[in-house]
Parts: sequence; C-alpha cells; structure tokens
Amino acid sequence: MAKLESNLKNMVLSLVLISMGMSAALGYVYVLTKGPIEKANKEKEVEAVKMVLPDFDNDPVKDMKEIDGLFFYPASKGGQTVGYAVNTFTDKAFSGKFTLMVGFLPDGTINKSMVLDQKETPGLGTKMKEPKFYKQFEGKNPAIFKMMVKKDGGEVDAISAATISSRAYCDAINKAYQLFMKEFKKDAQIVKDSTSLVNVNETNKKED
Amino acid sequence: MGNMRYLLNGLWKENPTLVLVLGTCPTLAVTTAAMNGLGMGAATTFVLVFSNLFIALLKNLIPDKVRIAAFVVIIASFVTIVDLTMKAFTPGLYAALGVFIPLIVVNCIILGRAEAFAQKNKPIPAILDGIGMGIGFTLALTIMGAVREILGNGSIFDIKLVSESTKTIIIFILPPGAFFTYGYFIAIKNRLSANK
Repeated sequence: MAKLESNLKNMVLSLVLISMGMSAALGYVYVLTKGPIEKANKEKEVEAVKMVLPDFDNDPVKDMKEIDGLFFYPASKGGQTVGYAVNTFTDKAFSGKFTLMVGFLPDGTINKSMVLDQKETPGLGTKMKEPKFYKQFEGKNPAIFKMMVKKDGGEVDAISAATISSRAYCDAINKAYQLFMKEFKKDAQIVKDSTSLVNVNETNKKED
Repeated sequence: MGNMRYLLNGLWKENPTLVLVLGTCPTLAVTTAAMNGLGMGAATTFVLVFSNLFIALLKNLIPDKVRIAAFVVIIASFVTIVDLTMKAFTPGLYAALGVFIPLIVVNCIILGRAEAFAQKNKPIPAILDGIGMGIGFTLALTIMGAVREILGNGSIFDIKLVSESTKTIIIFILPPGAFFTYGYFIAIKNRLSANK
C-alpha cells in the first residue's frame, strides 16, 4: 500500500481513526483491569494493616473510618480491641507528600510503621524504608518519646543527608497520633508525662 | 545475517544514551541505584518494542504532516496500557517499576526511534531495533546506576559493600553526581570508539 498523501482529508481521517482506535483500546484495558486493580489495592491495604498491628481476627478495612483525611483501621481479636492502624501522610516531605501506615496499640504506643507510597530521593530519603530508621519508633509512646529529629531537640536519629525526610516521617506519625488521641482517647487518661505531651503539641504548632 | 545488525546497532555504535544522547532526563534522574537503572531500562525496552512495531505497521496509514501527533497518541496510549496492566496483574513488579512508567512518555528515545527508524522500515527490523536500543539503554543505565550507587551509597543492587558507618561520596547519588557520571561515560565511550 502506498503512503497516504498529506491532504486535509487524509490527515483528519488518519488522526481520527488512530485516536479512536487507541481510545477504544484504552477503554477496553481500563474495564479489563479495573477489578484486579481494586483487588490488588485492597490486598495491599490489608497487608499493610497486618504488618503494623499485632494479630487480629476482624476485617479492619470494612470498619475503616475516615477522620480529617486520615484513615483509621480498628483491629480486634475476639471482640477485644488490639490496636488501630492509621493511614497517615505528610506534606513536609522532600518531594511533596508521602503516606505511611502506623499501628498504634490501644494506649497510643506505636507498634510498627511502614512507608506506603513515597517519592523521596532514591538512596537518601528512601532509607526511611530501612529497619535502621523505622525500628527506632517501635514500642515508643509519643506521649513520652519526643517525636522529633535530634537536630530539632527530639529523640529521633535522622537519616544522614535526609533530615527533611526524617522530619516528615515524624510529622506524619505525630499527625496520626494527635488525631488518634483526640478521636479514640477522649476519656481514657493514659498520659504518663504531661509535660512532654505539651512539648509535642507546642513543637507541632511551630512546624505548622 | 542482515537483521542482526539492527539488533547490535543500539548496543554500541548508536547506543541511545551514550551516542544519540536521547532520553537524558530519565537517565540523569533514575540512575541513583543500579536496580533503578535496570527497572527503567526494562520498562522502556518493553514500550519501545511495541511502539516500534505499531508504527512500522501503521506507517502507510499516517500522512507525513501529522506523523508526530499520531506517534505521540500511539506511544502515550501504549504507556497507559502497560501502566494499567502492570498495576492489575503484577502489583509486585508495579511497586518496583511503577514510578518509571509515566516517565517513559517523556522519553525521547521512543519518539526518536519511531521517527528515525520505525516509520521507514518493516515490522521485523523495527522490533529488532527496539530490542537493541532497549538493551543498549538498559545496559548504560544499569552500569551508570551501579557506579553511582557504589560511590554514593557504598552498595550495589542494595547489597552493602562497606560498613554502615563508612562515609560515602553522597554527591554521586545527588543530581550533580548524575552529570559527572554521565559526562565521564560519554568521554570513555568516545575514547574507546576512537581507538578502533
């Protein structure tokens, strides 16, 4: 077949046909992959909730509650609450925003945390995914643990050359903690050291 | 065999990264680690092979004056299809390569090869050219990533080569290091080619 001449009719026709063909292909692939993508996302969510919390036997994704843009996943075993997983985020990251999943025990102690989605500098900020960094939060209660990098007077060892990412990590956890305490701990008095809680609040304000 | 030269062309003589200097944006941006280079290369190769094939097949249907617009539509659709398919059926792989997929749209290698090769050739050579260029790109990116990762992070493919406390040359995984490494790579390539 000879090459089509570049006259108006041919140009319009060929672009319209190509666009239509490609749109049809895209639409088909979209419908085909919609279900599996949702399933994969849900599995990822459940997987993340499992990672950050102790054993549970309910379906936290079903009981998920959205409060102020954060997602709370309550987990229980035999009707007894074992903790909450919180999908939290920070805007203070080096590349805009990243999201974390943090697991809190009922008293507010951090069980585990993991990075869900991030765009930090590979090799620097991405080190927050390494145990050396995230392990230091495990078993700490933000009420008595100063959730700030050492440079800012806190107790968190920042990643070298990635202070901003480390700060953002603390910010995301803090945000989840503050909201968690506000929503689920209105009456329960578990604060062991009220002065450092005030500190946390103050520094938080400063950062905002 | 005549077709083999299409395959080998992209590896050395017309290596897209080192000779054609196409796709510099992803090259500079993702080569902070060997694994990233490999991932970006693999994803690009895949798209390149299929876009070359499609364009070689459709070349007679596309009038010359609107060819770039048509190529862009074909390439962008193909990238989106790869993106959705990977997200749906290989979430593990997507987690590793996902960030690179949208970058492929802005990768000149794809459009460059469509323009310079696929639109003038038959489908089989176009596929071979896509594979050759893809492998050439992947190799260059992986080696660059490896050099930067070793110097800047003291590791390769995430395997630590030095102890945790050793100071590494951090600048090599920062943007300026990308330019240093890239410059040296092109210089070395030119030196080696000149000696032949």
